[in-house]
Amino acid sequence: MNPLLLQLRRLNKRGDEKALDEFFQSHQFPIVEEDGVTFVYRGEADDVYLQHWVYGLPSYQRFHALDDDSDLWHLHLELPKGSRIEYKFNVVSEGKERLIEDPLNDLKAYDPFGANSVCRAYGYTPPEWTQPDPDARPGAIDDISMHSKIFASDRRFRLYLPARYRRSRNYPLLIVHDGNDYLNFASLQTVLDNLIHRLEIPPLIAALTHSSDRLVEYAADLRHADHLAHELLPYLEKRLPLVRRPEGRGLMGASFGAVAALHAAWTHPDTYGRLLLQSGSFAFTDIGQHWRGPVFDPVVRFMNSFRKNPGKPAEKIFISCGRYESLIYENRSLVPLLQENRLMQVRYREARDGHNWENWRDRLRDGLSWLFPGPLWMVYE
Amino acid sequence: MPDIVFLGPQRHQPTLAQVLDELGLSGPLCAVTAGWQEREGELEELSAHVGCRVDDLQLYSRAERLFRNDRALLEEHRLRQQKLMRLQRFYRLRLHYALEAVRALNREEQTPLRSLLGSEKRSALNAVRSLDRRHLRRILKVHQEHPELRLRNHVQRQEVEGLIAASKAVLIAGGHIAVLINRMRLFDLGELLLQRPVIAWSAGAMALSERILLFHDCPPQGAGDAELLETGLGLVEDVVPLPQARQRLLLDDSQRVGRLAKRMKPALCVTLDEGSFIHWRGGRLLAARRSLRLTSQGKLRPLNPS
Repeated sequence: MNPLLLQLRRLNKRGDEKALDEFFQSHQFPIVEEDGVTFVYRGEADDVYLQHWVYGLPSYQRFHALDDDSDLWHLHLELPKGSRIEYKFNVVSEGKERLIEDPLNDLKAYDPFGANSVCRAYGYTPPEWTQPDPDARPGAIDDISMHSKIFASDRRFRLYLPARYRRSRNYPLLIVHDGNDYLNFASLQTVLDNLIHRLEIPPLIAALTHSSDRLVEYAADLRHADHLAHELLPYLEKRLPLVRRPEGRGLMGASFGAVAALHAAWTHPDTYGRLLLQSGSFAFTDIGQHWRGPVFDPVVRFMNSFRKNPGKPAEKIFISCGRYESLIYENRSLVPLLQENRLMQVRYREARDGHNWENWRDRLRDGLSWLFPGPLWMVYE
Repeated sequence: MPDIVFLGPQRHQPTLAQVLDELGLSGPLCAVTAGWQEREGELEELSAHVGCRVDDLQLYSRAERLFRNDRALLEEHRLRQQKLMRLQRFYRLRLHYALEAVRALNREEQTPLRSLLGSEKRSALNAVRSLDRRHLRRILKVHQEHPELRLRNHVQRQEVEGLIAASKAVLIAGGHIAVLINRMRLFDLGELLLQRPVIAWSAGAMALSERILLFHDCPPQGAGDAELLETGLGLVEDVVPLPQARQRLLLDDSQRVGRLAKRMKPALCVTLDEGSFIHWRGGRLLAARRSLRLTSQGKLRPLNPS
């Protein structure tokens, strides 16, 4: 047993509540060791379970009481070095279940559905380029609205303009799916400011798009692909100083957003030269039916067609996926398929993380600096 | 040969005003900020810092106008740049494998008959040095093939000459080194800079040396192999300036440090970080502060006048 748990047990047996309080205040939870992590819950309960999103492990793992009649619960989970997982506790009491964040852990990650507790296994530290750098000049974010004939409605998006933006130079354009979520949950503005400041990517303009009906519009919907190519792109190129060549145009997205990016590039070849696809929901079938539910029907139809005839959606494609995601199989399968076409450059990265925004944040430097290399070697200020 | 001063980066803790005081220089001054490209000539902060008038030589925008109005010159320039880029690509390919051989031999330390290894390591490094020298010769030859890309008698160059003549000193700012050296060479600035004291920082210092070395030990992509880009104007001999060395180089890695020092010999690799100051007069090193030289043993030693 972990020495800290033994100490906890001793304090608990003595019934010294004050010493227990002090113990909890002076230690960090979960307890991180080289080979894994020990979660601790303190409170009255009939049962406690760990709820996580690590594909490959039972997603619902039962805690053990530290002693009979104890209100201390613990669970050890083997976690390879460098892992990062998000989790909640399911506390069962008097037949009722409560899904809560870990009360002993202040680390949280946020997504459109709320927050999860974060466990950083041994060896994981958030990359420093994801944290605000006072030396990095901040870019500006503007709100834009344009009318779409294709969707017969106004479309709102946000525009990231790099620091020291000027109309006399031409900028690459990055169109980001789920742009608000990338801003709110993946620190996209901080990352862009920092990477531009470090000269690892060139100053670029990002169109941060979002959809109120993403499970439809991002699911290989031709209206969305046409909207990007025939409405958004001309709208931006008319108003902004952009590099009007495929190598200056990138599409990016995560999950369904990655499907939308790949589909938009595939249906409009030679339009976009750069793709950044994160944990794409690239479901397909080799035979029989898929089991992911009806929202995936159009995705599977697209991916099956794509796999028969991938063509050349872009010159450079960066793909990343978490090893703890159920989509790892689909993403791994995509890589050799794309690599068969020697006219494309494909780079693939995996991380010991799940299907979440901080995983996608942590891969941005690798992807963006490869797709859009900055003048790092040339500029000495 | 006038006074020449190299400084470290000037953005966060500028030392330029203090250096001008030390040298007894006051305005008016002129500046080369072509390395800032589209931001060329935005001198408000610099003027406020030095407290006197600073005229920008506008080498970047002058060149842009020239290329717009003189089709033949533009085509000639494009042709030369294509040749240089092609050469750089070939050199980079060869350099990668040559340096890989050096690294591989360095990993052989545990090999039996270790006495044989030293000679192989020296030979591998000499191959890199030979490749570097050859690259610079090839670049020089390309420049010689395009003499019309030195505007010796052009009215624009005469204007530049007039601005320098009306100044007490020339400042050369950092920025994009390829753009900076390209514009300085186009206006044949080397000769003009012999008339006045010159204070250069970061890329500006690189442009005044004999060879321009691009370096970064931890780029997000690639191996971080330092490579020669160009010949510089050669106003300072046998020195390879390394701006922002603390950020860009793994100075604790004695193997890397020693390898770079040996590779650049007889030139001395010197760091230019915040507060660095190196002063030459008549080609002789007069004074240096907060600048380190890289030694063949992989150490960092203060740069001192001998």
